[in-house]
Amino acid sequence: MCLALPARVTALLPDDMAVVALGGVSKEISLALVDDVAEGDYVIVHVGYALSKIDPDEAAKTLALFAEMSTAPE
Amino acid sequence: MTLQRKGPSIDFVHGRVDLTHGGGGRAMAQLVEELFVAAFDNDMLRQRNDQASFTVEAGRMVMTTDGYVISPMFFPGGDIGSLAVHGTVNDVAMAGAVPIALSASFILEEGLLLADLQRIVRSMAEASREAGVPIVTGDTKVVEKGKGDGVFISTTGIGRVPVGLDISGDKARPGDVILISGTMGDHGVAVMSQRESLGFETTLLSDSAALHGLVAAMVAAVPSIHCLRDPTRGGLATTLNELATQSGVGMMIREDAIPVRAEVRGACELLGLDPLYVANEGKLIAIVPAEEAERLLAVMRAHPLGADAAIIGRVVADDHHFVQMETSFGGNRVVDWLAGEQLPRIC
Amino acid sequence: MKYIDEFRDGQLARHIAASIVAEASPARGYALMEFCGGHTHAISRYGIEDLLPANVRMIHGPGCPVCVLPIGRVDNAISIAQQPGVILCTYGDLLRVPGSKRLSLLKAKAAGADVRMVYSAGDSLTIARDNPDRQVVFFAIGFETTTPPTALVIKQARALGLTNFSVFCNHVLTPAAITNILESPEVRELGTVPLDGFIGPAHVSTVIGSQPYEYFAEEYQKPVVIAGFEPLDVLQAILMLVRQLNEGRFEVENEFSRAVTRDGNRKAQAVVAEVFELRRVFEWRGLGMVPYSALCIKEAFADWDAERRFAVETVSVPDIKACECGTILRGLKKPVDCRLFGTVCTPESPMGSCMVSAEGACAAYWTYGRFRQSSQTPTKASS
Repeated sequence: MCLALPARVTALLPDDMAVVALGGVSKEISLALVDDVAEGDYVIVHVGYALSKIDPDEAAKTLALFAEMSTAPE
Repeated sequence: MTLQRKGPSIDFVHGRVDLTHGGGGRAMAQLVEELFVAAFDNDMLRQRNDQASFTVEAGRMVMTTDGYVISPMFFPGGDIGSLAVHGTVNDVAMAGAVPIALSASFILEEGLLLADLQRIVRSMAEASREAGVPIVTGDTKVVEKGKGDGVFISTTGIGRVPVGLDISGDKARPGDVILISGTMGDHGVAVMSQRESLGFETTLLSDSAALHGLVAAMVAAVPSIHCLRDPTRGGLATTLNELATQSGVGMMIREDAIPVRAEVRGACELLGLDPLYVANEGKLIAIVPAEEAERLLAVMRAHPLGADAAIIGRVVADDHHFVQMETSFGGNRVVDWLAGEQLPRIC
Repeated sequence: MKYIDEFRDGQLARHIAASIVAEASPARGYALMEFCGGHTHAISRYGIEDLLPANVRMIHGPGCPVCVLPIGRVDNAISIAQQPGVILCTYGDLLRVPGSKRLSLLKAKAAGADVRMVYSAGDSLTIARDNPDRQVVFFAIGFETTTPPTALVIKQARALGLTNFSVFCNHVLTPAAITNILESPEVRELGTVPLDGFIGPAHVSTVIGSQPYEYFAEEYQKPVVIAGFEPLDVLQAILMLVRQLNEGRFEVENEFSRAVTRDGNRKAQAVVAEVFELRRVFEWRGLGMVPYSALCIKEAFADWDAERRFAVETVSVPDIKACECGTILRGLKKPVDCRLFGTVCTPESPMGSCMVSAEGACAAYWTYGRFRQSSQTPTKASS
């Protein structure tokens, strides 16, 4: 129960709204449930609302973890 | 013989369709004359009979008909009018046939803006001219407000199959190669972007196009093509399942081989849709004996409407008639029929 | 697409899977439940079970709010939609769910009810503002991910002083469902839970944080790994669970650290607490009555509560006898164990909650997995 996508904030709008882009498609969504979002940030969007920001450092760490795990013997 | 009494010219700027336009009287005759005949203009229409009459060369004929009810009427890359021409020309072409002529029947809702109707009709005329397939006869009816979604168009097309072709949905055989002519899902996403409730923006255009030129090039080079079909409603997945069932075979396709534009992927992710099930209106699937596949691919790529053509899989023997797909992940999954209409989801 | 494509890399997937194969001890089985419907979908769509060793088994939990919505509540929504002047707004997922007498919102629409699909709760508010002479009702469902948007919309309705807007609230809670699974009758019989660990939901956790799962890990001594939504996240989480089980640990680990923190989204939690309160008990399809598992609208916002406005009375409508959804949702049976699966019960004519939505265990299995049951795999020709 989570069709939520990471999308990039391309523009901030008044009234806690923003435009996000995903693969070349853009959509207006609400930022009312998150704080401190800037242009260029990635947010997780669910039914037209941003639920959280993606932490780029943690994302990089997770990807690195996959790669690390992947050196396990086959 | 000239008209004895000429009323005021039709107001295409502010006017609306009303019940007199379907009444069979002067108002209707005027609409037909000033809009339809003027736009579609050809010898047969100029005869002004209730039927078009012409001679055809002896041979195998095909006939097809389709209704167009799309909403919204206007979308990026096309409208209900151009779609009505392309769709029916394509159905004729999928038999390998050369389209000869179209008929067009309109059911107009009382209150429809004449400006919109004119725009649609002119778009049809242009599509017809570009395709070289004339609209030779037609009909107009008007229904009361609330009983029609603006306009419904029905087009019927006829064509002639060149000698030596035997293209049919039941001709796919194990070992055949499956090709598609380009990117999947463009039309459906372009239309969905216009639906306010979904509210997303894209520069994507519908791929609506007449494919008979591409088909002519294909059958000329490779007359042994087994199947042709355009993946319209229900998308690639549904059409492949149709062909698999009709031919009594299975199919094995590769997800990585299917070209999908980034915007289509993005929109589908956003809405929870699968591009494999999204409609196309300017693409075709071809199934051909393996030894001809590369040659056919080259011919398709050489044509502007087939520039992104790709080989996507093979026909296999399978009593269950499953269409299976090797995912980009390396696993295998079944690509099933669409259960009803694909709806955007939250889950 | 950034943060999506990298997490779907097939090659990395095979490597992680190889680690799972290497580290899963052949001396035991690993029964892991993925709670979230989105995870069920990812597992099916990417064929993740194909990559796992035979002794690591995935059990599909009740994390699909469409699936667990009782028939009686669907009937209520249909009745509301059938009232004159009402516009019922609903997410797409709910349109085809059959209620009693084989009716659905889609069928009610065909018969004349004004039912409209919306992508977002905010859209229903817009419809209410555009149609001041109609009563607009938003059919709200979902776990903690979807609840904050509904809360916001109710607050907005109050701020705007709208008198023609209300919400039919069916929001449910994840921890309560997990407790219910861990305390099922079979547990009392067997004295043990036939589950070894949980993959925690991705986006629910961005809202509630990882903290609420600490109770389960400790109380029931089962490891929980919160996983992101992409297939690599799921595989990684499975590996992490296998490792915890091998090492005898039962902790809450967060694989989805790029979006989930221990506290979660406090702002969203606050807005939910302002508008909603706990129902003492709520029926879950397949699970029966579950205490403190669902939300209703607080008295302060009573004017926007459709249950009060339309005097909704919910009748409990049982599933047909042979339906095994209850046991499937608790991980005790598989779809193929149900007599109705694939015969009477298919996605076109769903009999129970597991088939009703694309995320349900039976629907997912039907769409992606049933061909594996077929007697022969078709000849694979390379392309």
